[in-house]
Parts: sequence; structure tokens; C-alpha cells
Amino acid sequence: MSFQGFRRDDGTVGTRNNILVISTVVCANQVALNVANNVEEAVYITHPMGCGHLGADFMRVLSTLVGFGKNPNVAAALVVGLGCENMSAKLVADEIAKSKKPVQYINIQDEGGTLKATERGTEILLTLSEEASEYTREKCDLSELILGLECGGSDATSGLVANPAVGVAADMVVQAGGTVILPEATEWIGAEHLLARRAVNEEVKKKIYATVDKYINKVLSMGIDPRGSQPTPGNIAGGITTIEEKSLGNICKAGYSAIQGVLDYAERPPGKGLYLMDEPGLDVESITGLAAAGSQLITFTTGLGTPAGSPIAPVIKITGNHRTFEKMGDNIDIDVSSVLEGKETLKQAGERIFKMILEVASGKRTKAEILKNREFAIYRVWQYMV
Amino acid sequence: MVKEAIVMEPKDNVATVIEDVEQGTSVPVNIGGKTKNIEVKQKIPFGHKFAIIKIPRGEKVIKYGEVIGLASQPINEGEHVHVHNVESVYSKELVQERREKK
Repeated sequence: MSFQGFRRDDGTVGTRNNILVISTVVCANQVALNVANNVEEAVYITHPMGCGHLGADFMRVLSTLVGFGKNPNVAAALVVGLGCENMSAKLVADEIAKSKKPVQYINIQDEGGTLKATERGTEILLTLSEEASEYTREKCDLSELILGLECGGSDATSGLVANPAVGVAADMVVQAGGTVILPEATEWIGAEHLLARRAVNEEVKKKIYATVDKYINKVLSMGIDPRGSQPTPGNIAGGITTIEEKSLGNICKAGYSAIQGVLDYAERPPGKGLYLMDEPGLDVESITGLAAAGSQLITFTTGLGTPAGSPIAPVIKITGNHRTFEKMGDNIDIDVSSVLEGKETLKQAGERIFKMILEVASGKRTKAEILKNREFAIYRVWQYMV
Repeated sequence: MVKEAIVMEPKDNVATVIEDVEQGTSVPVNIGGKTKNIEVKQKIPFGHKFAIIKIPRGEKVIKYGEVIGLASQPINEGEHVHVHNVESVYSKELVQERREKK
């Protein structure tokens, strides 16, 4: 099983050939944006962070920014900093350079202001873009793919058809030797015993339970009923009654493969097969964590519809709700409601999703890409302690 | 003719409708290979559930062959099953019980 991808110098394979501009700190966002806007097809990430981080929180933001730079969908990167922040542009660039790809950095204070930094950044990006354009697609094995699984705006059809159909496709990726990541630990609650049974060993099983307990205990320690935030009002209107019901529907998208481990947010999977990711499941934070972990492609199931995408990873939107497909067709790539109508089996719908995964991995654009949905948000460890 | 409501697993005691169903409608469901018609007691919106057998107060509400909550009041066959009559069982004690069972 293969697709047409871009092979990088470190051996990894991209489904896209992005030139990425990374702002390391909120103060550098506008210059990063200016530079990216000057160069054809450059993408950028901006965010409200980068200064005053400590300990685990510093590492979280660093690993996310570096993970984006290292993602094989990125051909080359320019890192833009202000100059006095602790998330230093040089540090981020040095870490990304370990993946052997072209990466450079500038600091606005060194360049002498917005205009000079924009000019210098544009010059650098021009050269990086010229170099990157020399990459061409070649036949790559599907075992090189890391597929991220997200769902959001769920309704009853998510658990009935869309997630189980993605589960069929996810199992096909694993069987072909590829890697799949299931995030959203708060949506394992009530179904974690089913995931734990599929753990490859006792250690992984314990980690699955410990991950769920961590979220529950955090909420209990604040004196709040953990059932308060899930399901969401939209989920309830859509027919989902309890967190258990939501979770049972949610985990379907990871199919039936054995679980190899539980990753930290933005952590690159150490091997092949199915992994879980410890993070709380807000859509854009999840997608960001998946892309930072090296996912070159993401599937996103939705019942109510959502436009969210990623700056660097194509996101395939799938719904089991035909009304949503008719109403928000510009945000959704695949309609699997035919399974509910009895016109298609779950397996056939899953195979249709798998076929699109191969097509999108080989260059076909998703609607989120075409409409420039490039959202980015980091799941923080804690707030500033300065 | 209304579309058949979905029963995910043989153990389930609820079915999910895949179109809006008016109160009093007879809805076909497939239970253990046999089709049965159940008259719904309220309007059931698309994607929502109704009971396919009587569920006494405190009993488990089952979908996907797994517990999705406990009946917080008696639920009759054909009644809308949702947040007004189901409570999440997510408490430390019940989690422990479920894990020990495996």
C-alpha cells in the first residue's frame, strides 16, 4: 500500500510541501504574518504565548512549536522572535534543525524593527521557498503515515456511523504498517475499560487508567462534578445523553487495533501502530497536538459540522448526518449517512474514507485546506507563574 | 413508513431514531434478528433514543452493549430516553466496579 509523498532528509515522508513561518512569541506575530503573506503558499503559526513560561509549561510550548517545524509536511521553516522572550527563536530553530531540514531564524530587535525584520524574513523565506520547490512527490509506503483522529461537534450519528467508519479506515492504516493516534482523553471517560483491554501490556493499561483518573481527579479537586462539561449543550441537543455515551461513540474511531502506548501532547510516536494521546479534546488544541506529534494527515468526524483545519496537516471532514452535509457541505468532505439509510455497509464507508486518505496523502486538497482553515492552539500546562 | 431505529448491540435497551418521529408513531426496531414495532410515547428528534423495553428506576441504560447511565426515573417502553430520565454513572465507585469486572 503506497501514496505519493515528499521524502525528507531524515527519512520521514510528507503529504504536503509547506514553507512554515513560526512566531515564537505573541510580540512577533505581526512580522510572522507579514513575511508569510509576502511569499506564495507560505503558512504560518501565531499564538498568544512565548514569554514567561516555566518548567513543564515551557516544554509544552517548545515541543509544540518544534513539533510543527519537524513535521514531515514542512519542507523548510523560518522562526521569528522578538529577541527578549524565553521561547527563543534560536532555540526553536536549533531543535527543528535536528530533523536536517532547512531552518533559519530572525529576531525583530536584532533586525531593527518591524519593517527591517519583515524585509529580512521575506528574503530568507524566498530562498527557502525556492529550495523547497525542488522536492517532488515519489512513491512512499503507507507505513510512513501517521494518521491523527479527531472528532468535534458530535451528535448521535458520530457514534453510530461516522466514528465506526473511520475506525474501519484506521484499522486498515494500522494493518498496512502505519501509525494512528487517538487523542481526547476526556472522551475516553466511561469507555476507558474497553481501551485498557486492548493495551499491549500491563504498563500501558495502567497508563490509560491513570490518564483518565488524572482528569477526573483534577476536576473533583476543584469541587466540581466531572459530569458538568460533558456532554456539551450541542451534544445533548444532538441526542447524546451522558459522557459514557459520548465516549463509547468516540473511541469507535480508533477501530479495534492493539494500543501500543499513551503519548504526551505533541509527542512523536516511538513506533508503529495505534497510540493514544493524553490531552483534553478541545478540537483545535487536539489537531495542533496531533500535527506537532508528526501526523501528516488528520480525519475529523463531526455531526453538527465545523470548519476547523490545521496550518500544516490536511484535515478530512467526515459526517454521518446528511442534514449537516447538506447545510455545511463547504466544510465537509465525506458523507457516510448512507450507512444509516442501509445503502452502504460500515465496511464500505470505511473503505471509502481509506481511499480518500490515500488520495489526500498524495495531494488531493481537502475543503479545510481550500478555504484556508489553518487554526492553531496549544494545550497549556498551566498559566504564567511570573 | 418511518425508518427503522438503530439498536447497536443485542444487550441494548434503547434504540436511536434516524429521523424525527412524531408522538404515537409505530417505529420498527430490529431486536435479536426480529423486527418489532414500538409506539413512541413522545416526539423523538433525529439522533435521540427511546426505550425498547421497560427500564425500572436505578437500572442500567445500555447502548453499544455498554452502560451509558442509570434510569433516574422509571422509563416505559417507547419513552424518550435522555437527560431528563438518565444520569451518568460516572462516579469513582462505579468506575472501580466496571474495571474489576473487565
